[in-house]
Amino acid sequence: MDNKKTCLYDKHIALEAKMSPFGGFVMPIEYTSIVDEHQAVRHHCGIFDVSHMGEVLVSGEEAEKYVNHIFTNDVTGAPDGKIFYGMMLYPNGGTVDDLLVYKKSLHEFFLVINAANIDKDYDWMQQHVTGFDVKLENLSEKLGEVAVQGPESEKIIEKLFGIKIADLEFYTFKETEYEGEKILVSRTGYTGEDGFELYGSHHFINNAWDILVNSGEVKPCGLGCRDTLRFEVALPLYGHELSADITPIEAGLGLFVKTEKPEFIGRDAILHQKMEGITKKIVGIELCDRAIPRNGYEVEADGAIIGTVTTGYHTISNDRSVCMALIDSKYAKLGTPVQIRIRKKLFDGTVVKKRFYDKNYKK
Amino acid sequence: MSKIIEGLYYSDSHEFVKVEGNTAYVGITDYAQQQLGNIVYVDMPDTDDEVSKDEEFGAVESVKAASDLISPISGKVIEVNESLVDNPELVNKDAFGNWIIKVEMSDPSELDSLMDAKAYENACE
Repeated sequence: MDNKKTCLYDKHIALEAKMSPFGGFVMPIEYTSIVDEHQAVRHHCGIFDVSHMGEVLVSGEEAEKYVNHIFTNDVTGAPDGKIFYGMMLYPNGGTVDDLLVYKKSLHEFFLVINAANIDKDYDWMQQHVTGFDVKLENLSEKLGEVAVQGPESEKIIEKLFGIKIADLEFYTFKETEYEGEKILVSRTGYTGEDGFELYGSHHFINNAWDILVNSGEVKPCGLGCRDTLRFEVALPLYGHELSADITPIEAGLGLFVKTEKPEFIGRDAILHQKMEGITKKIVGIELCDRAIPRNGYEVEADGAIIGTVTTGYHTISNDRSVCMALIDSKYAKLGTPVQIRIRKKLFDGTVVKKRFYDKNYKK
Repeated sequence: MSKIIEGLYYSDSHEFVKVEGNTAYVGITDYAQQQLGNIVYVDMPDTDDEVSKDEEFGAVESVKAASDLISPISGKVIEVNESLVDNPELVNKDAFGNWIIKVEMSDPSELDSLMDAKAYENACE
């Protein structure tokens, strides 16, 4: 099957971005250099085409009840405009996807899901709609999205669009209009910096991209630095730190799984893990040498393989050779010495905190 | 447009060889460093290690991935470029000016199977 193009494809080609397939789409990996783009987000402002992401609208009388059934976080009684991060789980506790849930109203929830999982997620959601008075709409092809991230993002968006967002709290959103078109703006992101995500029609997103990029104050950024940025602040990537075989508890994301809720798919399996403990865990590992641990490399200890690297880099922000790895929970304590095999040689490392760089959210 | 230097030998995996008598300086080409992007680590052999033609002798790592270095010639490593340990980005700045290993060749006739500048230029198009 051919890879799809986002509504901003032509912009990336015009900028001569290095393109590559990702999640069923052909996406820009870098425009100038991953390092420059990464630093632009950390210190100024960058823009990402994230129109490949999926959006599903859940509406109806039992929208809240249905969302609470398929989603691990608790949306009960939330104020309109609030956003939740969490997962959809299989009955055995494995992860279907991680996602954001935007509460528009008691009867309307807007779900944002990973590009690679759009069809899978939508099928899953349809399967579990029986018995609930709700309607599902897959808006993924209709909507585009850009993420504008960095310490200067608030100032720049307000100036260029005339939209007031200074008092938009972290993990909240507002719906507004721009040149007669309905748009949604949230204070969310995947970089560890203050930033915003804008959702709208293809027309609006193209317009917004031009306005932001042509200002000269916003750097186009690709998926290359999107991964290095999220990795530094320990945000998970589905397929690496979360998967059908990795539960949120194993990933260290139990905070987003509210077992106080009386019921949701996967609750029993998670309760079991919370009570009995887990056999494998995602940890941070830092190498003593400059060598770089990467996805798929083996982790060893006491002469045996104890796990695998899920994501690793030499961090751009602070020069550390680090990784996240799924390992035998016996070795998960901070300070435990482990080794990573890189091209036949074993390198010494230590289990460390996963947050390799401090986030700078606006609180 | 990538830089190509006359008088050097080139492999199809984008290594170059600069010959001085029986000594070969091996590195990667300007084209290769452009393709890789920011280089963050160069994995080099040790002095006195043997290298063999067409076999992997190390790696060059960019932000996203590791790329094997394939030796265009056989011989013994007499020196590695120590400045690349702390400053791997030197290869991006000047690929031809920052060789990776210096080799005492065991079979200089292996150079005959490598490309010259013109042939390499054509191969890169």
